[in-house]
Amino acid sequence: MSAPLIETRGLGRDYQVGGHLVRALAGLDVRIERGEFVAVMGPSGSGKSTCMHLLGCLDTPTAGSYRFDDSDVSRLRRDALADTRNRKIGFVFQSFNLLARATARHNVELPLMYAALGRAERRAKASAALAAVGLDDRAHHMPTQLSGGQMQRVGIARAIVNDPLLLLADEPTGALDSRTGAGIMALFQDLNVRGITIVVVTHEAGVARFARRVLRFRDGRLVADEPPP
Amino acid sequence: MTALDSLLAALGSLRANPLRTALTTLGIVIGVAAVIAMVAVGSGAERRMDQVIQSLGSNILIVLNGTSVSGGVRGGAGSVISLTEDDARALEEEVDAIAVAAPSIRGAGQLILGNANWYSTIYGVTPGYLRARDWVVARGRAMTAADERGAAKVALVGTTLVERLFAGGDPIGRSIRIKRVPFTVIGVLGKKGQTPFGSDQDDVVFLPLSTAKKRVLGGARVRGRHVGAITIKAASAAEIAAAERQATELLRLRHRIQPGQPDDFFVRNVAQMLEARAESERTMAFLLAAVAAVSLVVGGIGIMNIMLVSVTERTREIGLRMAVGARGLDILIQFVTESVMLSLLGGLVGVALGIGASMLAAEAAGWPLVFSPWSVGLAIGFSAFVGVFFGYYPALKASRLDPIEALRYE
Repeated sequence: MSAPLIETRGLGRDYQVGGHLVRALAGLDVRIERGEFVAVMGPSGSGKSTCMHLLGCLDTPTAGSYRFDDSDVSRLRRDALADTRNRKIGFVFQSFNLLARATARHNVELPLMYAALGRAERRAKASAALAAVGLDDRAHHMPTQLSGGQMQRVGIARAIVNDPLLLLADEPTGALDSRTGAGIMALFQDLNVRGITIVVVTHEAGVARFARRVLRFRDGRLVADEPPP
Repeated sequence: MTALDSLLAALGSLRANPLRTALTTLGIVIGVAAVIAMVAVGSGAERRMDQVIQSLGSNILIVLNGTSVSGGVRGGAGSVISLTEDDARALEEEVDAIAVAAPSIRGAGQLILGNANWYSTIYGVTPGYLRARDWVVARGRAMTAADERGAAKVALVGTTLVERLFAGGDPIGRSIRIKRVPFTVIGVLGKKGQTPFGSDQDDVVFLPLSTAKKRVLGGARVRGRHVGAITIKAASAAEIAAAERQATELLRLRHRIQPGQPDDFFVRNVAQMLEARAESERTMAFLLAAVAAVSLVVGGIGIMNIMLVSVTERTREIGLRMAVGARGLDILIQFVTESVMLSLLGGLVGVALGIGASMLAAEAAGWPLVFSPWSVGLAIGFSAFVGVFFGYYPALKASRLDPIEALRYE
């Protein structure tokens, strides 16, 4: 196999909060190969969110290095990070974060707009992404006309529309009932089988069971790296 | 993001809050309407000024007979007939600042052509009168010094007469009777239109001064060499004041008026009267400009305020857009586009309102409606500038948000 998708060495992130130095994440060494399905677990304040922000190129580390897709992204500037996110990473949020005044398809097209794709190509890719999450018949619905599970599927379609290498999900089932949540996790498994590397941040053991590897954080440190229970 | 995408996104978010959009643009609407009205008022007044000068003749002074005082009782203007043809000749020959000084008398009477008749103003004029008033002969010929010397029975008619008395036919060579004296029409005067005060300057017949005095308008009051008025054309606009001063001095001398005694004539400076009016219209335009400037600034601040609110309200949306790959510049462009659309929208409504207002103003003030496309361009340009200027800071603020904090924002 080629180089790992994610490789961090001594990755750390400090925050300055009211004159105090808060070490949100310290000395993270982790490798995630292409095609893995990883769950990140830990109580709040354990550093799992900080870890996700760093892995997702939303933030830059204060210590250590981060190689993503075989290139060092730990010192990139804002615009370069934005381009990396646009081309290589998809995000799925707990609260979906759909644009309320746009149709499902329009929401899915959003990342493609920033990739400067033509209209026809955008439309085709958005339709394909919606089909992949089983919502091809809901393309013209507004978010308010969709159920919670459907909204999250639109969110997932948006995350995969530009064929990312990594899909990062932050508590993707947190706002859903357990049956719908299980459906969403099954969809992730399905996408993972098709080759997308998936990292899911969760505090539910039931969700983590869908992954094949669980990283546990506590007090800003990685404390366990194991198969799901 | 393409320009079209930005435009559509901006339109969408403005449509989401129609009342807010409408209220926000109000300042720009008023400002732009004021710009349009200002330009229309300014150029309308200017155009009318030009028309008036055109119809009166440029650089004109009019000398009228003065008032009499007998036993402390003042007569009206013209109660003393003091001006003569010789005064006119002296003015023209002795005062350098005067190009033409043309004596004239005025009266009115019935004009008869066959069994048709018309009542019109009759002028007795010298050839110089047409030059003084920049009045051309449209067809036929003007009167000559020979006509004047020989008291020829010839007439120039105005276009209104051609229509009314000659029923639109060719008047040249035809004979009309004025006070039982037959006159041959030798030419048609060019059209002058109405005076600013509404009287028709083309309802007129010109006769040689000598003929008019002898045959038509002569009477007890204007005898011998006396005339009703002298129309002076200054050599240039710059010399009007000098012409006025020197004409007054010369006439006082000729009329043997002692120092301290009042003039027995009036000198009317037409340009000066018009200038006073133009001044008040300029004041009006200046006032409108002030209203425009204040409204555009206040309107711009209103837009800035709403854009700041909008950025705060849509912090999560901004965070999301950044997460999926929007660069700072994309966000900046999105919000600047929105504020420019907002102010352009106000600009368009303001243009419509301004056109309506200037039509009303033109109607009320009776000047021609002058619409310059460049004033619309100016107004639209101004509102676009206001949109960029006042939208930039909120947009910059949005573009500098931290994606993580923006996504967490409640």
